[in-house]
Amino acid sequence: MAALTREVTIIGSGPAGLTAALYSARANLKPLVIEGLEAGGQLMLTTAVENFPGFRDGIMGPDLMAAMREQAERFGAEIIRGHVSSIDLSTRPFVMTVGDDRIETQTLIIATGASAKLLGLPSERALMGHGVSTCATCDGFFFRGRPIAVVGGGDSALEEAIFLTRFATQVTLVHRRDAFRASKIMQDKALANPKIVVEWDTEVVEMLDASAGAVNGIVLRNLKTGAQKTLAVDGIFVAIGHTPNTGLFTGQLDADAGGYLITHDGSRTSVEGVFACGDVQDHVYRQAITAAGSGCMAALDAERYLESIQPPPTTSAPS
Amino acid sequence: MASDKVTTFTDGNFDTDVLQASTPVLVDFWAEWCGPCRALGPTIDALAGEYAGRVSVGKLNVDENPGITVKYMVRGIPTVMLFKGGQVVEQIVGVADKAEFKKALDKHL
Repeated sequence: MAALTREVTIIGSGPAGLTAALYSARANLKPLVIEGLEAGGQLMLTTAVENFPGFRDGIMGPDLMAAMREQAERFGAEIIRGHVSSIDLSTRPFVMTVGDDRIETQTLIIATGASAKLLGLPSERALMGHGVSTCATCDGFFFRGRPIAVVGGGDSALEEAIFLTRFATQVTLVHRRDAFRASKIMQDKALANPKIVVEWDTEVVEMLDASAGAVNGIVLRNLKTGAQKTLAVDGIFVAIGHTPNTGLFTGQLDADAGGYLITHDGSRTSVEGVFACGDVQDHVYRQAITAAGSGCMAALDAERYLESIQPPPTTSAPS
Repeated sequence: MASDKVTTFTDGNFDTDVLQASTPVLVDFWAEWCGPCRALGPTIDALAGEYAGRVSVGKLNVDENPGITVKYMVRGIPTVMLFKGGQVVEQIVGVADKAEFKKALDKHL
């Protein structure tokens, strides 16, 4: 890729990034989207999305992302594979490295999203891919006719547990508290499912058996009684929330204690010309629709910023 | 999407084409229905081209080849394993950057 300076570069290709791409493409800003390792974002790992407005009967997550991508491309967004390995926000234009390419851009829209959090046990790392998973839709298939555990108590944990009952003989939900954080509708669905049992007030002590090379059990401790027990399971799905993908920007952009980018006046970050949208700056709502909405805001903010630093292009289309 | 440099490994040819191969062999455990596996596909294709002659690169469909999938206790995909002299010497679980694969490969060349 030639070292031409882009007007808008977007990092990330989930609902936030692709909506930002759609809006800035329609504003004739010819945005470049750098897809990232998890192209399409978290929705690629889901099944039916039933709360995205306009899809009365629901839509499959990967289908929704394919449609968003094609819509952005139709208006001239350029989407490339690869991920940003380094970025310098102290120079103008901003400079980043993608594989062997160097990309310069006047504005940057960060839509890098969030990735699944892990418990941090050594046995968890050792058994990843051999029974430990963060993606029920990817790996549920391997547990046909076997017992499994799901760790967590939010919407995604319950959704995964319900999905996994298609394959597993029994799904044990392991949750640290005595009540779920998940929405009422999800709780009702999960608790009514005869294949789902819940271990309340319980934490994971260890995943077994790293020396055998595959999961064959999980050691649990009841936080109220202190009692420990081992449950025989062949799979453990970890669904304890997400952590924002902000490693690239450490020390360059203001972030909160959890690592989420701090935005002000819409999507503006602590560096002028850098905007953030989607889960990378939102630990409260974290919905596809809020991510898309904030992607739209970032594109409009970037467009206005570009207008403020240069005369508007004569071919500018209404947004 | 599949490059002609990418071999198809199966329960049937695994012993001769992977375990008894003279060069290191990179095996991508994948399935049609796995979105992240499809995302990884082009990276595997690119590696097959770059390491042609030095590393044999191929894919094993976990749906069609339960024998090897169970033998290596693969319960999550994409999982990529590097075999050398019949042994697993590296493994990368999940989608990773090409640079990460190259680092793992170069250690064993």
